[in-house]
Amino acid sequence: MPLSLEEVRRIAELARIGISDAEARAVQGQLNDIFELIGQMQKVNTDGTEPMSHGQDLKLRLREDVVTERDRREQFLSLAPDREQGLYLVPKVIE
Amino acid sequence: MLNASLKELSAALAQKKISSAELTKLFLDRTSKLNGALNAFITVDAEKSLAQARAADGRIAKDDAEPLTGVPVAHKDIFVAKGWRTTCGSKMLSNFVSPYDAHVIGRFNDAGAVILGKTNMDEFAMGSSSETSFYGPVRNPWNPDCVPGGSSGGSAAAVAARMTPAATGTDTGGSIRQPAALSGLSGLKPTYGLVSRYGMIAFASSLDQGGPMAKSAQDLALLLNVMAGFDPNDSTSVERAREDYVRDLEKPLAGLRIGVPKEHFGEGLAADVGKEVEAAFKELEKLGAKRVPISLPNSGLSVPAYYVIAPAEASSNLSRFDGVRYGHRAKEYRDLADMYRRTRAEGFGAEVRRRILIGTYVLSHGYYDAYYIKAQKIRRLIANDFIEAFKRCDLVVGPTSPTVAFKIGAKAADPVQMYLNDIYTIPANLAGLPAMSIPCGFGKGKLPVGLHIVGNYFSEARMLNAAHQYQKATDWHQRAPAGIQP
Repeated sequence: MPLSLEEVRRIAELARIGISDAEARAVQGQLNDIFELIGQMQKVNTDGTEPMSHGQDLKLRLREDVVTERDRREQFLSLAPDREQGLYLVPKVIE
Repeated sequence: MLNASLKELSAALAQKKISSAELTKLFLDRTSKLNGALNAFITVDAEKSLAQARAADGRIAKDDAEPLTGVPVAHKDIFVAKGWRTTCGSKMLSNFVSPYDAHVIGRFNDAGAVILGKTNMDEFAMGSSSETSFYGPVRNPWNPDCVPGGSSGGSAAAVAARMTPAATGTDTGGSIRQPAALSGLSGLKPTYGLVSRYGMIAFASSLDQGGPMAKSAQDLALLLNVMAGFDPNDSTSVERAREDYVRDLEKPLAGLRIGVPKEHFGEGLAADVGKEVEAAFKELEKLGAKRVPISLPNSGLSVPAYYVIAPAEASSNLSRFDGVRYGHRAKEYRDLADMYRRTRAEGFGAEVRRRILIGTYVLSHGYYDAYYIKAQKIRRLIANDFIEAFKRCDLVVGPTSPTVAFKIGAKAADPVQMYLNDIYTIPANLAGLPAMSIPCGFGKGKLPVGLHIVGNYFSEARMLNAAHQYQKATDWHQRAPAGIQP
């Protein structure tokens, strides 16, 4: 089922990526080509097959809940586009 | 020196025939001469490299050297390195100077290797041609009108043009092996979990794996000895005893069973590539290997399954680029949501945006089972195919890429055609298996052809053994591009 232009805009909004009408139209065709390729998956019966979420079914390790990082607040903040008094600055969220 | 193996460079340094500072200068000079034409490096910092080289010379003088002490190695710009700008090929990180070292970089630093620079790549490793880089396309040293492959195309071009003795790459669906094939190099994607992903900017976490790119299998073994090892900072790093990947290189191949998957020799494989791969089989047989016909019946579904799983993981991983903590932020915006939208529209290129959209869609409500779970089930079928195959053979061997290097721009407008480049390499990523490419001849346009070798889990030493024995009997890996002959 091909993606509508409205769906392309909705996905872009979910992904928080601004998209113009012209771009949405261009991307729509490409995405539909890609989903046609992906659609080949439906040809195979996978009933009873366990999904594989990771190379080799690794079990993730646990570790003690202790502090392992030292404080590098200033160093990390220095990379931020906008900061003030040791905090990251973003546009006003609450009026 | 420009054509020397890592073993030869290591010996020359140990015998004080050349200092690390001189060697590093030699490769930096060659880089500054050739990079304008090839665009293999995004960042070069001669002062930093030479400071490391002088420190290495100090270690050599004190008899404190390891095999790679003083040897320059270039790193894909996906590995963060302290004090180095690390862009991942993106505008999003054009101003990002890393405050820490990736685990792999730390290991090379501890070994005394010299960081020669950061190599160009497809943006966020999303591509098979190194054309999606914000810093412009990389050119193939064998023919500058052609792509070097991708996404580790800068590393490939840098080694092929002898701008560096060796380089690192990362491989999510073929990004070490396909550029190695298209640029006439040897490249290895280790077993998933063998090389730490800490500080390797994430694309698809269940598939991403770092590995070495160099001229020969012997060089790869020396590099893997440095790169591989447990890292508590990577939750999927494998805890196992350290191995010496050089140890088995000289073993004879008598009795080696090489599985030939029929699915990798059908429609889509260019005749010139098929011919060179067939000649390589004959050479391996002369060395004592036996051919075993095998089948990987679900491998045809690897590209569709990959283009669900990889974008899904990417859409999640790349949500961190929001213009708040680091990287690009849009200049003008109305509110927080608008800042996100503009920052991400400006900071990401077209291919990255496209993959985030695919990933967002397949993970969205109502589509998760039909796409994501379905793809994970197919992933299991593909992994099971290999488990069956390895009951009958030791290595699975075939072509790395369906064609030799293509012209820059030839596939840029058609994502699906571009994605099909990785049809033979993706299955190993989905299964988590180690896989490598070595040069095995030249096809159309006198461009290199790669031989693909997949091994069972943690069988890197065996694969390197087979590759090294093949390279002792052939000289494809010693050929250098004519136009830039050192």
